[in-house]
Amino acid sequence: MTTATYAGHDVEVDGEGFLEDPSEWTREMATEIARDAGIETLSAEHWKVVDFMRAQYAEKGTGPTVRVLGKTSGVSIKELYELFPKGPAKTAARIAGIPKPRGCI
Amino acid sequence: MGEDAITKVSVIVSKGSLEGVYPALIMANGARADGIAADLFFTFFGLDAVHRRRYEHVKVATVGNPGLHVATLAGGLPGMSSVMTHYMERKMEKLDIPPIPEFLQMIADSGAGIYACKASCDLFDIARDDLVDEVEDIITVGEFYAHAAGGQIIFT
Repeated sequence: MTTATYAGHDVEVDGEGFLEDPSEWTREMATEIARDAGIETLSAEHWKVVDFMRAQYAEKGTGPTVRVLGKTSGVSIKELYELFPKGPAKTAARIAGIPKPRGCI
Repeated sequence: MGEDAITKVSVIVSKGSLEGVYPALIMANGARADGIAADLFFTFFGLDAVHRRRYEHVKVATVGNPGLHVATLAGGLPGMSSVMTHYMERKMEKLDIPPIPEFLQMIADSGAGIYACKASCDLFDIARDDLVDEVEDIITVGEFYAHAAGGQIIFT
């Protein structure tokens, strides 16, 4: 476990940069986490996905898969990969401050 | 990611059974989901998974498949393969594993390349129009290696 500083706060992150405690997350942090994940600026479309991830996590205790994202977030799978080229579910989860999804699909 | 992290995979699909096709689709899709470049290359009976009239009817092999734990004689009964396939498909849907047509569309949308083997298409008299739209092209072995350059090749 390592400590990272986002938006002036020290937070614990795992080896891949995922927040250990999702409750520490703030919207200001998201912008900086995104930069670390290779996304310079979060557009409105990025936010749509990040907010959806947070909502799903709050409701179900786990982030959605790419398939679920494509069907229910209002952003198509093609767009999801354009927004998050390093993997939509994984990158968006990291930016949203929720745990890394562990599914195979 | 470490220095030896995999950055590109080319998955070859040579089998036309459900259990022959899915692992390859899951490997390719999973690669893309992790930011790894991926291509799928369908050859021999694997072509059924990208064949317009066949890709919705890919079935579990109920004969010659000891892992299924169904006696060979029972596995050969008419309808057995359909029943087992239906059962598997229901279980997969519950696990959020899409049916083959949707899965192919998903993988194509993720930016992966989907190709068919020229020799196999010639062998089975399969034309471009017989294949689903997600297939980018029918390519030769040499072209496949050119696509696969710099990555790992997985044969299934």
